Amino acid sequence: MKVIQLEENAVDIDAASTHYRDLNEEINRVVNEGVKHIIIRNVMGQRFIGAGLQGNDIRIDIHGVAGNDLAVFMDGPTIEVFDNSQDGGGNTMNAGNVYIHGHAGDVCGYGMRGGRFFVLGDVGYRVGIHMKAYMGKTPVLIIGGTAGHFLGEYMAGGIIVLLGMDKRPGQPIAGDYLGTGMHGGTIFVRGEVDDRRIGKEVGIEKLNDNDFLILKRELSEFSKVFHLSYDEIMSEPFVKLFPKTHRPYGPLYNSRWSWQRGG
Amino acid sequence: MIEGYKRYNDPRDTSGCGLVGFINRDGKRVDGSHIIKSLCLMKDRGNGLGAGFAAYGIYPDMADFYAIHIMMDKPEIKPDVEKVLFRFFNVHREEEIPTRATPFIKNPPIFWRYFVEPKNECILTGEDEDGLVVRAVMSVNDNVSGAYVISSGKNMGAFKGVGEPADIADFFIIEDYKAYIWMGHTRFPTNTPGWWGGAHPFTILDWAIVHNGEITSYGTNRAFLEMYGYKCTLLTDTEVVAYALDYLIRQQKMPLRAAFYALASPFWKDIDMGLPDDREFSEALRAIRIQYGPLLLNGPFAILFGWRNGLVGFNDRIKLRPLFAGEKDETLYMASEEATIREICAKPDRLWMPRAGEPVIGMLKEGT
Repeated sequence: MKVIQLEENAVDIDAASTHYRDLNEEINRVVNEGVKHIIIRNVMGQRFIGAGLQGNDIRIDIHGVAGNDLAVFMDGPTIEVFDNSQDGGGNTMNAGNVYIHGHAGDVCGYGMRGGRFFVLGDVGYRVGIHMKAYMGKTPVLIIGGTAGHFLGEYMAGGIIVLLGMDKRPGQPIAGDYLGTGMHGGTIFVRGEVDDRRIGKEVGIEKLNDNDFLILKRELSEFSKVFHLSYDEIMSEPFVKLFPKTHRPYGPLYNSRWSWQRGG
Repeated sequence: MIEGYKRYNDPRDTSGCGLVGFINRDGKRVDGSHIIKSLCLMKDRGNGLGAGFAAYGIYPDMADFYAIHIMMDKPEIKPDVEKVLFRFFNVHREEEIPTRATPFIKNPPIFWRYFVEPKNECILTGEDEDGLVVRAVMSVNDNVSGAYVISSGKNMGAFKGVGEPADIADFFIIEDYKAYIWMGHTRFPTNTPGWWGGAHPFTILDWAIVHNGEITSYGTNRAFLEMYGYKCTLLTDTEVVAYALDYLIRQQKMPLRAAFYALASPFWKDIDMGLPDDREFSEALRAIRIQYGPLLLNGPFAILFGWRNGLVGFNDRIKLRPLFAGEKDETLYMASEEATIREICAKPDRLWMPRAGEPVIGMLKEGT
């Protein structure tokens, strides 16, 4: 690992052949010394980059493949990955931004409760599971490409936007079980979703004015980050997926008592 | 065997298995340094309780003979092993598998390899040479206490044991072998013991399996396979996958893709949905699912399957374990993590996340 001080508040780390533990210790060390901008080169699957890191003014640029659990528990910083990211990015993230210029693997945004997680390309399976809004925070997960099965499963809050740009003809925008068990939050899908792919607990409706305001705010940001045309993104219609009930499985576990309440 | 389990019963980090494999479709062989480099990048996926390699094309001057790799607890049982082997085979050459002393591999078993041809008079009616080899392997595993056949194919071999990937590679001097298909595995044992026989790959003939996940249908699969003479002796769920594919592809002569549809059959709802589009295909899927139901693999898995002509990667039907694929010229790579591929293939032509239940197939070109 080679570390070069660039200017007062910035360092350049060459992470080639570096174990994730050493890399992350170095990141924590320079952050504690007051560094605000960290450029990491030759990243090759190192895990946990930005784990639990705090500070809204901290910026990390990653060149190379970001490893599993990128930005796990992160609380404030902005991480930009100029390549692909592996599984579990944004796991239980609390605040901050993650921008991924390539694709991201399975289980991204798991239990995310704040911040933004933007992926320009496709994502894998079980992305955005159990996202939640927490104490006035609303996590936002935007996927430029397509998603695998179980997107937004057990979603409890927050916003997922699935854009399906550049998908091949005939390729579905989302996998099966979309939003299964969803009991909070909203999923916006650009284009059509096949009914059979949607979980039983999910309803579909047209967007209202407030929804368009949210989309405008978030997609303007998304298009700015990845230098895309906002108008082109908005050129296709969206549908909105919402939870039909806030307790989809209540009767499964509660039936023993419900007779007492006459229910 | 059980003693071996106790020996490694010290506390370990929790993690998950890691696998990697690649095939050069032109049959061009590369030395072991590539697979070692890529597998070692995933060191943290395993916990040092198992690592191994399978390599195809490593014995070109012995390619006509079955290469039987044997693991023995102690040298004294070698005569017992040979009593079985000599009954089935003419042994063309035998030698100790070269190993190197490394400080991190303690109390290793003994590894021996025999290059053999089946004795014609031992082949039963309705059996072929491969069938006899399977019978001989089961006989060693079942009857010789403390001896296990690690691989039994032609021009290929498996090398595995308890240790970190780098140490197992070092122990078996993997970098010296040259192969056109390489498979590697680092293990984090979950519900079966970490011992030398339980490391991956699992093989029979030249079918080899490395696996990340758990085969929760092991009991059902095993009961079915035992009816066809397969004996599960290695205490690990993955073993059934090797035998299931041998049964489906060699014995039942099923096309490759069909065999994988038997192991990771589409859900009934998806079969039903496919009906109007392609009736014949849906009917075939339905028939496979009914006929080979006991071989359906349940539980989460990502599996690489190699044999002399190809390498296949496949997932359970909802992709509960990671699998990634990449391609550069005539080489197809598959691994648990993208970085594992990029570590040895800096500028791939294509990189993708395979879909659940859809096998990724890399075949050796005809005539190579």
